[in-house]
This record gives sequence, structure tokens and C-alpha cells, in this order.
Amino acid sequence: MAQDDHSGAELAAADSSHAANVPAVKTGTALIQADAFENPGFPPHRPRVTDEDPKKERRAQRTVYTLFYLSILGSVWAIAAYMLFPIESNDVGAVRLNNMFIGLGATLALLGIGFGAVHWAKALMEDVELADERHKIGGNEVARAGAVKVFQDADRESGFTRRSVIRNSLIGALVVFPLPAIVLFRGWAPQDEHPVELLSHTMWQKGTRLALDPSGAPIKAADVTIGSAFHVIPEGLNDLEHGRLEQKAKAAVLLMRLNPEDLNENVNRTSWSYNGIVAYSKICTHVGCPVALYEQHTHHLLCPCHQSQFDVADHCKVIFGPAKRPLPQLPIAVDDEGYLIAQSDFTEPVGPSFWERH
Amino acid sequence: MSTATPTAPQRRSATAAASNYIDERTSLSVFVKELGRKAFPDHWSFLLGEVALFSFVVVLITGTFLTFFFQASMAEVEYDGSYVPLKGVEMSVAMASTLDISFDIRGGLFVRQMHHWGALLFVAAIGLHMLRVFFTGAFRKPRELNWVIGFTMFILAMGEGFTGYSLPDDLLSGNGLRIIDGMIKGIPLIGTWTSFLLFGGEFPGTAIVGRLYSLHILLLPALLVALVAVHLLFVVVHKHTHYAAPGRTQQNAVGPPILPIYAAKAGGFFFIVFGVLALIASMFTINPIWNYGPYDPSPVSAGTQPDWYIGFADGALRLIPPGWEFVWLDRTWSFNILVPLIALGLFILLVVSYPFIEAFVTGDKREHHIADRPRNAPTRTAIGAAGVTFYAGLWAAASSDILATHFRLTMEGVIHALQAVVLIGPFIAYFIAKRVCLALQKKDREIVLHGYESGRIVKLPGGEFIEVHQPLDEYDRWKLVSYETNQPLMLRPNDRGKITVAQKIRAGMSRWFFEDRIAPVTKGELEASHHSSQH
Repeated sequence: MAQDDHSGAELAAADSSHAANVPAVKTGTALIQADAFENPGFPPHRPRVTDEDPKKERRAQRTVYTLFYLSILGSVWAIAAYMLFPIESNDVGAVRLNNMFIGLGATLALLGIGFGAVHWAKALMEDVELADERHKIGGNEVARAGAVKVFQDADRESGFTRRSVIRNSLIGALVVFPLPAIVLFRGWAPQDEHPVELLSHTMWQKGTRLALDPSGAPIKAADVTIGSAFHVIPEGLNDLEHGRLEQKAKAAVLLMRLNPEDLNENVNRTSWSYNGIVAYSKICTHVGCPVALYEQHTHHLLCPCHQSQFDVADHCKVIFGPAKRPLPQLPIAVDDEGYLIAQSDFTEPVGPSFWERH
Repeated sequence: MSTATPTAPQRRSATAAASNYIDERTSLSVFVKELGRKAFPDHWSFLLGEVALFSFVVVLITGTFLTFFFQASMAEVEYDGSYVPLKGVEMSVAMASTLDISFDIRGGLFVRQMHHWGALLFVAAIGLHMLRVFFTGAFRKPRELNWVIGFTMFILAMGEGFTGYSLPDDLLSGNGLRIIDGMIKGIPLIGTWTSFLLFGGEFPGTAIVGRLYSLHILLLPALLVALVAVHLLFVVVHKHTHYAAPGRTQQNAVGPPILPIYAAKAGGFFFIVFGVLALIASMFTINPIWNYGPYDPSPVSAGTQPDWYIGFADGALRLIPPGWEFVWLDRTWSFNILVPLIALGLFILLVVSYPFIEAFVTGDKREHHIADRPRNAPTRTAIGAAGVTFYAGLWAAASSDILATHFRLTMEGVIHALQAVVLIGPFIAYFIAKRVCLALQKKDREIVLHGYESGRIVKLPGGEFIEVHQPLDEYDRWKLVSYETNQPLMLRPNDRGKITVAQKIRAGMSRWFFEDRIAPVTKGELEASHHSSQH
């Protein structure tokens, strides 16, 4: 191939196609061939069918005005549909008809104008093509010199360079003045709460009954059959006046009963379960989605957001996915009436990791 | 008779009078004269930016309508609207008002759907427009700054999308916010407090929807409108690029005049974009929040997906292998969150700085107004293909669970395969794209030198069959030969007799960029090939 024949001497910027740039402009690594083809100039103009055939021209004209009239029809249709297809209360079907007929009317109104205008431009307007001359983007020498002079005059008259103490004190003031505005943004969060404190505790405490989500009915240990799983909230959560969702976002728990032989329990946590019933935080330790999918026969939990998988039989250790830490376990017991209760709060913060967690 | 004085009374039409009235107060005629007949180069690929602009306008129009009905409050109410299955359910005012827009206001659902579809199209069109600009080298001098502005708008558009997506306070968007909250908390040093400030206390709090609303309808749109204005101003200042064709040079801009043809085409195209969005909105449901219900931190449905443009970030989170989190110095280092954040940060940094990198490598200080055919810049095209593959791998990962269930694959298998796509795929794509570009350039040379296959088979007197090759006319030929190649930089000592480190880097990079190259056919070569074929 011949592509390397021209390497070697960098030819001067004689490239005619870049003549707008003065020869001093660097061409860099560009390889300018002395023997290149020249631009042949504009090809002869080719008329369109509508230029030559009056019949076709008339047809194009008919098409264009028909499209515009169709657009009017579409607008009228949309207005009529607004009235003809009211939304009957409690009827989802009526919503669908209202949406569709107003929408189709608007579509016709818009597309009629759009296609009409484009067709007009392409088929009927004279297909003039102009060639505008480009000019160098940067200002010319006179303009630049003028700009420099403006700044010099301004500098001399103001003493911006000469009076350096004034200038520097101004710069200092300009740097400092936005700081109060930044401080105001501290108001985005309450003044009397500390995030690490809040993240470290949930609503669970010694004796809180485990209740069904969302009804709030307490759960009896006897009702939890082997293989079942319950979505759990602390009893009393639904009665909270304030902060119900904030508490729920931390306190949501999954309760599962496994065959006790399947449970591979840590020695110092054997008292945290009851008869194969175990309770784990439902909040993923990755970024906090609810780990809601329980596969009974493998006793794995799957987070539907980023597919972290936890093994319930093994203290919810991570077996796949981006999460690192096991789901925190809630120590449970049974009270006198046979209801499941928490022995304490979680022994570690639940949910996603945060900087101060250790 | 011909000496009509300026004071001579003349009958003037109402239009002329009105024009005169306005011009005498605005000097508008200067603008019309200056801009009205500007040539605007025409090509289908230039429409991508217009789609972005026009869908933004549609989103502004529909969004304004929605603000008259939406209430950005997280106060709890009992829903009492037309949608029966949710009657009596506790939800935020934001969710309830979104349901009212959908079920109690005629045409409300239509406008809401057009707004959401328009937003998806807006981000998609910006992405495609950026790819067009990248692959044709339209970011080169003098347009580097406009690339940066366009890139900024891409980021802002994604921000607009995400803030808007979160406003209805439904189950799906609430889970999206929870993921954002979890990611923020994983940032060292500032994460916990940043989350606390953003949500006004503990997640979810009662502040976030109102705050996102301020961003969504005030701050971000204002920035976008301002940047759109600057972006278009630059298009006027630079004049649009055009593709190489006979008569088009670096010194001219060739195309139909703004008035009337371009105005009619672009104006019509606005209505087409608007109309297509209206058609989609009237026929296809999007974001049916009534199926998801109000936000509750406990339930979640399987197979949830973010809007498409957030997919690459969500996918990046999914691809991290287990165990990338450590406690060190009594603090938690969540590399399972930091690595995606840093990787995506580096990726977009590379995207925004590419024009400057290429300018550094070539050292070319000229203005470039002719857009490249992608094949004529093989290394750039290959880099683009690698970037697209990287993005596509991350994006696909956001649907890893859906891929697994639809194609009956294991979740782990899909994740491992996509990890390979993201890490190895870019190199394969780079290699293939570069070879394809070089092969296409060779084919162009072949056609210029020996003509194109005419399909006419001739039997020679000796019994041999040949296909007649038809030479190109000079206009077709120009499209195939009018490009420049670059050669690797030759390292030379500077004035002080030194070879600087920057020069060495530049030489190494230019070798990488330009070592493999196919030069365009020259006049001499064509002549030589004609000679040889005659003998």
C-alpha cells in the first residue's frame, strides 16, 4: 500500500482546504498530501419531479393542504373527545378511552402540521442551496488589540494592579461572603438529632411483640409453621403519630421457621431463635432495599434490587451479590401468652453501611 | 416622478407597518438580514440534536401543565379518588395528586404520559446526538466547549429525569430513593451527614419530595434552558459542520437557507416529534404508579427497573463481587459502592475530556468544519465502540434478574457474563471496530482506484469472463478521497535540546492513534493504476 509513501518531512500547511486558517496555524500530526485530489466544486443541480411535472406538483400541493386540514380535524376531534369521553367515577375503562381519544386527536393535529410543513419544504419550496463563507472564529488582530486596550485602560483608571491591597482585600471579601449562605444549608436537617445515633437504634426493644406487616396483629409462635415466612413489624408501629415510615425503614423484619436441623447456628446465638424460628432485618446491608424474596427449599433470601443473596440457615451470610455483611439478627423469645417478642434491639445498626459504622 | 421624496405618502400594508413599528424599537431587521438566509447544512444525523431540543420543549410544555395539579407534599392523606383499589389507603399528598392527575382530570393521564415518554426520549436523543458528534469528530476545534456544554446538559437531563421519577412518591420511586440514600451513606467522611441533610433527617422523612420538586421544576430546568441557549448560540457562531461532498470545504457552510426551507423543515419536525410523543402517550402506559401503590419501606416487587438512563449506574452496583467492604481505622469503607461511583466518574470524565485528549495527541490547531466519516478516524471510532460496549454492559446489568428469568439462566451466570462484557468487551469491541474501519478504508481505495462493480459480465475473445468495473465520476470520488490521515509524532528535541515528558507521552499516544492508517488515494496513484490496467 502507498499510505506510508508520504511520511517523513512534514509538509508546510499548504492544504488549500484549510486556507481559512493562516499558514501559521499548526497542523500537528496531520499528513497533508501534495498530490491530493482537488474539490471538484458543486455538482450540477438536479431538478425534482415536482419541478418538472406540473401534475406531480399539483399532487404535492394537494397532499400538503390535506395534511393541514387533517390537523384541524384532529384538533376538533381532541376537543370533542374531551367532552364525549368523560371519566366516569370508579371506571378505569373510561380513563383509558379518554386518554386514547384525546391523545389520538392531538396526534393527528400535531403530525398533520409536521408532515405538511416538511413535505411543503421538500417537494414544493424551491430547493435553493446556499454556500455561506466561514470566517475564523477568533477575533481579528484589530479586535483583539482593542480588547486588550480596554482592559489596560480599565486597569489604569481603576488601579486594579497598582492598588494591590485594595484588590486583595476585595478578593478576600468575595471568597468569604458566600460562606454564611452555605452555613444556612445546615438547616436542611434537624438541629437536635444526630444521624449516627439514629442509625444505630430501631424501635425494637426488650419485650416488643413481633406483629404482622401491614396489619399489626401480634404473632403467636404456635402459628409459625415450618417453612413459612412472615413480614414483620414491631407491635405499635402503626400507632405512631410521627415517624412511622422512618421507624419502619429500620425495623422491618423477616421471620422464618426452618427445620431446626437445617439451622447452622453459632454457639453464642442459639438462644436468639425459638424452635427453628429466626428473625432477621429485612433491610439489605448493601444499599437498603427490602430483602423480600424468600426461597423456601434453599432457605435463601434474595434482594430484588441488586441480587444479593443471604443464607438464612447460616445467619444470613452473603453467598452472592454486592452486599458484604450478613443481615442483622433480631434475638427473639416467647412471652407468657405465647406471642413472639424481641429479646432486645438489634445488636448492630441495620441497613446499608455508613462511614461511622464499625 | 422617480424623485419620490422620503416624505411622500405611500400606501403601506399592515404587515409592513407592523414590521416598521417593531424594527424602529428593536433593530430586528439587522438580525433578520444577518440570520434569515444563513445556510444550514442538512443531514439525517443532524436531526438527533433537534429531537433532543424538541422533546425538551415538549417536556417543558407538558410539565408546566402538570405543575398546576401536582402537590409536592409528603403529608399523609387517605386516598379518596376514582381509582377503587386504592380507596382508603394512606399515602402522601404527592402520590394522591399524581393519582388524581391520572384518574380524575380529563386528559391528565395523557399529559403525564407524554411528559414521561418525552423525558425518556430527551435523554436518549442527547445520548445519540453525542454519539453522532463523537464519531464524526464534530467536537474538534472550534467546538470543544460546545461538547462540554452538551455533556453538562446530558448530566442535567439525567438529574431532571431522576428527580421527576421520584416525585409521585410511589413504591418504585421510593425504593429508587432508598438506593440513592444507601449509596450516599457509603461515601467516606461525608456520606452519613449528606444523606441526613438531603432527606431532612432519617430516610425517608417528609422533606425529600418537596426538595426534589424545587430542583425538578426550578433549578435544573433553568440551568438547562440557559445552556440550551448557549449551545445554540455557539452553533450560530461556529456555523454547523457539514459532511465532505463536492463543493463543500472548510471555508463554507452549504445548505438550504434558514428562511424558508430550514424553518419549515425544522418547525415541521418539531410537530412530528411532538406528534409521535402524543401517539405513544395515547397508546402506551408508562409508570403505572397505581399498580405499585404508595411508598412503604417494607414491600418491594421482583424485577423492578429504573428508567433506562439510570440503568448503567444501577448495573454498575450489581456487578460488584461479594465482599468489597472493609472496616479500617475504625471506619467502614464501602468499596462495593465506591468502586462503581469512581468507575462511572472516571468514565464520564473521559467522555467530557476526549476532545482535549485528541487535540493534545494531534497537536492540530486548525479549525475543522467538515465532519469525518467514522471509518476515516479508525482509532477514535474504536475508542467510541469500546466506550459504548462498556456502557452497554453496565446497562444490561441493570436487567440482570430479568435476563436470568426470561432466558432461564442462573443469576450468577448472567452477572459473571456481564462482568466479562464490562471488563473485556471494550477491548474486543475496540479491536473489531478498528479492523472494520481499516477494511472499509481499503475498500474505498479499491473503489477509487478500480471503479465500482457494474454488474455487467463480459466474455473476452479468449473465453475469459470479467466483470466490467465502472470508474467513479469526480463527484462520487471526492467523497472517498477527501480526508486527511495523521502520522505518529516524530520525537524531536525542543529549542533547548530537550525531549520533554509531555512530548514523549504525546509521541506514544500518537503512535497508538495513528500507527495503523490508510491514506486516501492521490491523483498520481489513480493515474498509475490506470496505466497498469491498460497494459
